[in-house]
Amino acid sequence: MSDVPILKVENLCKSYGDLEVLKSVSFEVRKGEKKVFVGPSGTGKSTLLRCINQLTAPDSGFVYLNGEEIVHSGKKINAYRQKMGMVFQNFNLFDHLTAVRNVELALLKVKKMDRKSAREKAMYELEQVGMADRADFYPAQLSGGQAQRVSIARALAMDPEVMLFDEPTSALDPELKREVMEVMRTLAAQGMTCIVVTHEMKFATSFATEIYLMEKGEIVEHGPPSEIPTSPNFVKTRAFMGSYADE
Amino acid sequence: MFESISAVTNSAGYILGGVGVTLLLVGLSLFIGFICGIVLTLGQVYGPALVRRFVGVYVWFFRGLPNIVLLFLFYFALFPFMGFDMPAFGVAVTVLGLRSAAYQSQIFRGAIQSLSDGQMLAARSLGMTRWQAIRSIILPQSLRLSLPGWSNEYPVLLTDSSVAYVIGVAELLTRTSQVISRTGEPMILYLTCAVIFILLNYGGMMIIQYVEKKVRIPGFGNNEAECL
Amino acid sequence: MDNLTSTPVPSDGPIGFFQSMLDSIISQIPFWQDILLPALWDGLWVTMQLVIMTAPLGFLLGLLVAVSRVYGPAPVKWLAQLYVIFFRGCPLLVLLFILYFGLPSIGIVLGSFMSALVGFILCNSAYNSEYLRGALQSIKRGQLLAARSLGMTKAQGVLYVVVPQALRRALPGVSNEFIYLIKYSSLAYVVAVIELTGAAKIIASKYFMYFEAFAAVGIFYLVLVTITTFGVTWLEKKYAIPGVSGAAVKTEKGK
Repeated sequence: MSDVPILKVENLCKSYGDLEVLKSVSFEVRKGEKKVFVGPSGTGKSTLLRCINQLTAPDSGFVYLNGEEIVHSGKKINAYRQKMGMVFQNFNLFDHLTAVRNVELALLKVKKMDRKSAREKAMYELEQVGMADRADFYPAQLSGGQAQRVSIARALAMDPEVMLFDEPTSALDPELKREVMEVMRTLAAQGMTCIVVTHEMKFATSFATEIYLMEKGEIVEHGPPSEIPTSPNFVKTRAFMGSYADE
Repeated sequence: MFESISAVTNSAGYILGGVGVTLLLVGLSLFIGFICGIVLTLGQVYGPALVRRFVGVYVWFFRGLPNIVLLFLFYFALFPFMGFDMPAFGVAVTVLGLRSAAYQSQIFRGAIQSLSDGQMLAARSLGMTRWQAIRSIILPQSLRLSLPGWSNEYPVLLTDSSVAYVIGVAELLTRTSQVISRTGEPMILYLTCAVIFILLNYGGMMIIQYVEKKVRIPGFGNNEAECL
Repeated sequence: MDNLTSTPVPSDGPIGFFQSMLDSIISQIPFWQDILLPALWDGLWVTMQLVIMTAPLGFLLGLLVAVSRVYGPAPVKWLAQLYVIFFRGCPLLVLLFILYFGLPSIGIVLGSFMSALVGFILCNSAYNSEYLRGALQSIKRGQLLAARSLGMTKAQGVLYVVVPQALRRALPGVSNEFIYLIKYSSLAYVVAVIELTGAAKIIASKYFMYFEAFAAVGIFYLVLVTITTFGVTWLEKKYAIPGVSGAAVKTEKGK
């Protein structure tokens, strides 16, 4: 492993009016690591992910991708974003495009690939998530789990170096959660670097190389998955996280 | 009775030529309104404060004034004042087009605002620029969502186009009136004119509905029941 | 003032430009005061008469047509549908010409004002009937069934249960149509009614003051339409029912 972390987050701060959503958050991610963020709702986990790929501009702090600072990178951010695949809670598939065209659109427009190789690449990624047979379906014709798998394929098609998952299973029924988690596990096994925000504790402990516990915009504790679920801090906050699924 | 019928048939060619002028007037105005409407919408939704303000005033102005006043204003006052020597047809196309742009921009704006923020976020997360996202995600979706509102623009413009009569554009109604001043028979000829307008109206609507069906996407817009 | 105008000034510099603009504005004051504005006030009065007489009649006739289309027996339904197709599809201007120039040829003479009024009512009612029909059809069948289960006749159920709900839903469309009515009342000018537009056109051609006359009448319409728009929005808010289309915003604010 190289010395430079893939992603380094330094003192990220973000406020909405008087509400401090992120209070100086720092951490780093090395190749192949799986960092999972847990914590009560509204503690800034999703904002953290969006501040990493600059969909939300942080008030202060730095983000380094392979050692390059990206918060103040101006137009170059579009190139950096390609290396950070993002998966949203609500999928955000492009509703007017079929599954395969969702995946190939950025290949054509951003990567400027030719039609044939873009289509091949898109089909390959759909196969990876087990959605090749639904390639010509529109988002509204897919189940939530299927839609989320397509959105993972869409992010993977850009050949990202790190994947950001923003509560990828929160909007899904229990039986559909499993198929998405399965895809994520396969990805992880292939060595993909992942940052995941989730409410699924059981999934977190089996998936993560390190778990971060966030509360009120701060990382209050972090450590290997064997320790966090039994730590006093976690047990304390757990009482306030009614939504955590135990499965 | 025979006289009436021959009055209609003798002048049929001339009056039907007016159909061509009317359709050209409507088509050009729709086109100008469409292009300017998109530009106005993008200015209003994504532009800086000054541009948004301008679009607001533009829309207020063109939606607040009667067609006939706009035509008079441009034909007798504004264009001569600015030194443009534009024929009546050009003035009518300009006025109807600019006015339609105001209406169309509000249809598009409603559609863009009904899209979820996630569409833009997802596009940007893939590394698209703002303009790329607008062009390949926001516009295709909002244009499709605008279709029902937009198809309403055709009958509105068709009926409004007859107002170009007041500045003497040789469209359907003007030609009908010219024929009437020569041959009489106002009842028969104006009724014929009305029927032609009605046919153009519903014929056009049928074509538009056909196109709407063609570009429809399962589950997108107002047709959820269909795909379930 | 006299001093200002009599002082000789160079015609090129910026001061000279403003000077001459000021002069031309001042020289126009009598025209505005004595000729243009009085004529427009008279025209405004005629416009208001047309609008205020058309609106209620067009609404009631529209409601009749809509109810006929939704609840009437087959022949009445068709007739109502034909009515809507004709008066929506026919440009208002053509309709006015039929009434003003056509009808006298078969012995019916309405005159300028009546032709305009009748034309507006027919057109307005046809458009209103579409909003009202949509609203009537949007009311769930259960409402009428519940009314019938209480022993009401179909007519009573429609009148007391369905129509009141539908009216609120049709309000945005109907009030929009009212604003359109203000604007298309300008077409009355073409059948020689001297309302706002007609008054402006006459002054414009007579004194060759096109710019001034149409700018002034434009301001009249903009003010009229803007005030009406505010009034209509206020009405819509006032008569919204919580939970019925469009009322959600209000309840949220109330919390």
